[in-house]
Amino acid sequence: MSATVVVAGASMAGLRAAEQLRAAGWDGPVTVIGDEPHMPYNRPPLSKEVLAGKAPFESLAFRPRASVRDVEWRLGTRIVAADLDARHVELADGERLPYAGLVVATGMRPRRLRCPGPLTGRHTVRTLADAQGLHADLSRPGARVVVVGGGFIGCEVAATALGLGAAEVTVVDPMPLPMVGPLGELLARALLRRHEERGVRFALGTGVTAFEGGDRVTGVVLSDGRVLPADVVVESVGSLANTEWLDGNGLDLTDGVLTDEHLRAGGRPDVVAVGDVARFPNARYDGVPRRVEHWSIPTDTAKHAAVTLTAHLNGTGGTGREPFAPLPTFWSDQHDFRLQSFGAPALGLDDVRVLHGDEDGDLLVGYHTDGLLVGVIALGGQSAVMGAARYRAQLLKQPALSAAPALSAAPALSAAPDVAAVPALPVLTGQGAPE
Amino acid sequence: MKVVVDMNKCQDHGQCVFASPDVFSFDDAGRLAYVAEPDDALRDEVEEAADVCPLQAIRIEG
Ligand SMILES: Cc1cc2nc3c(=O)[nH]c(=O)nc-3n(C[C@H](O)[C@H](O)[C@H](O)COP(=O)(O)OP(=O)(O)OC[C@H]3O[C@@H](n4cnc5c(N)ncnc54)[C@H](O)[C@@H]3O)c2cc1C
Ligand code: SF4
Repeated sequence: MSATVVVAGASMAGLRAAEQLRAAGWDGPVTVIGDEPHMPYNRPPLSKEVLAGKAPFESLAFRPRASVRDVEWRLGTRIVAADLDARHVELADGERLPYAGLVVATGMRPRRLRCPGPLTGRHTVRTLADAQGLHADLSRPGARVVVVGGGFIGCEVAATALGLGAAEVTVVDPMPLPMVGPLGELLARALLRRHEERGVRFALGTGVTAFEGGDRVTGVVLSDGRVLPADVVVESVGSLANTEWLDGNGLDLTDGVLTDEHLRAGGRPDVVAVGDVARFPNARYDGVPRRVEHWSIPTDTAKHAAVTLTAHLNGTGGTGREPFAPLPTFWSDQHDFRLQSFGAPALGLDDVRVLHGDEDGDLLVGYHTDGLLVGVIALGGQSAVMGAARYRAQLLKQPALSAAPALSAAPALSAAPDVAAVPALPVLTGQGAPE
Repeated sequence: MKVVVDMNKCQDHGQCVFASPDVFSFDDAGRLAYVAEPDDALRDEVEEAADVCPLQAIRIEG
C-alpha cells in the first residue's frame, strides 16, 4: 500500500494543503499534481495589477514554505480519473498513482457562453495565460470592450480595461445591477454609480444571444436586439467545478465536491476537498453546504482538512474536533476604490442597513439575519475598509445561526459574485452546458 | 526570525494585522508598521500573516 498523499491541483489550495499537511505532522511523501505548467501563483492580480501591466507576471508566484521542500511537484500533468475504492488516481498518459490520502484541490474553470459567432477576440480570466492574452488584446489602441457578466471579475476587468485606455467599456448583465447577488441592491446601486462616473457603460437586464464578425468578433448581439460594437469581449459569467475526474465514485458532485464538517468527501476518511472546489457546511452559519470562491478559503480549508487527513493517516483519531467554521473574507479592487467584505452578507440580504457613511462617499453596510449581524461590506477607500475591519471581531464572536430551514434555499454564499448571476442566465443561450 | 514587508506591494489590506497583531499594526496615518525582528515564539502567527496577505508582500527570513 502506498503511503503517499496525492494532492490533485497545484494552485493556491494545493500548495496550502501541502504546507498544512507538514504543519499537522504528516512526514510522509506528498505529490502535488497540476495541469498548469507553473508552480502555484496568485490569481487576484490577474484581473487587477497584472492585467493593468502594473505588476510583472513573475510577481505572482507564491513562496512555498521551507517545510514543503521535499514535496514532489508534477506540473503540466492532468488527472483524468480516480478510483477511490482502489485508492489511485489516473494521469492523462495512463499512469496510475496510488495514494494513502487524497486532497481534492482542482478548483474551477470559467463558464463559457455558447452563443453562435466567432471565438477570436473572446476571453476569460482564470489563468496566467488568460491574463496575458487579454492584456495583449486590451492594449490594441482604441479598443472597444464588452464585458459579459457584471460579477466581481467582470467589474474588475471593466475598471482595468478603462484604465488601460480602452475607448469604450460596456458591462452586459441580465441582472438589473452589477454584483447585486452578493452585495444586495443598496450597495450594488452605489457600485453602479461609481463605475458610471468613471466612464464604464452598462447594458443591464439583458443577455447575449450571438457574436458578430468573421474571423474575429466585431460585435455583441443582445437579447433586447441591440448590437454593441466590440473589438474585445470578456466572458465573466461564473465558473464550473473541475470534478469530472472524480465521476463514478459515488460522490455528490452537484456543485463542487460535497464534504462533511471536517472537509471529508463521500464519508471517506482518506479523501478531503479544499479551496474553491469544496462545498462545505460552515458551522458558523446555518450548516448548509456551499462553495465559497474567496481567496481566504484555500488557506482556511487546507488548515482544517490537513488536520483531518493527518489524524486519519497517523492513526491519531482526531475525534471531537470543532467543526469547520471559517469567517469568510473577500475583497475586490475596482478603479480607485475597494470592496471589503467580512462574514456572510449573502445570508442577510433581506435586512441591509447602512452602518456608516453614504452612497456618495465611503460606505459601510451591514447584513442581518433575525436581527443579528452576519456580514459587513465596505465600499470606498482605506478608511471604509478599516471601518469594516472593526466589525470583524463582533462577527467572530457571534453565536452560530441555528439551521433554519428557510435558509437552506439561500443563494450560494459564493462570492461567486459571478455565479450569483447564474439564475438569470437563461437568456444566454446554452447556459449550464459544460465546455 | 526576520520579517520583511515589500512596501511597494503592500496595499494596506490589514489581513496580517488580524493574523499577528503582536507584529503588525497600522500607524496613526493608516500605514502598515511592523516589528522587523520578532521573537521566534511568534513564528506560527507570523507565518499565518504571510499566508493571508493578499499581495503576498510578507517574507520571513531565518
Ligand atoms: C481573476 C481572478 C480574480 C480574483 N480576485 C479575487 C479577489 O479580489 N478577492 C478574493 O477574495 N478572491 C479572488 N479570486 C478568487 C481566488 O483567487 C480563488 O478563490 C482561488 O484562486 C482558489 O484557489 P484554488 O486553488 O481552490 O483553485 P484554482 O486556483 O482554480 O486551482 C485549481 C488548480 O487545479 C488545476 N486542475 C484542475 N483540474 C485538474 C486535473 N484534472 N488535473 C490536474 N490539475 C487540475 C487547475 O488547472 C488549477 O491550477 C479571484 C479569482 C480569479 C480567477
Ligand atoms: S496583509 Fe499584506 S497588503 Fe495587507 S497590510 Fe499586511 S502586508 Fe500589507
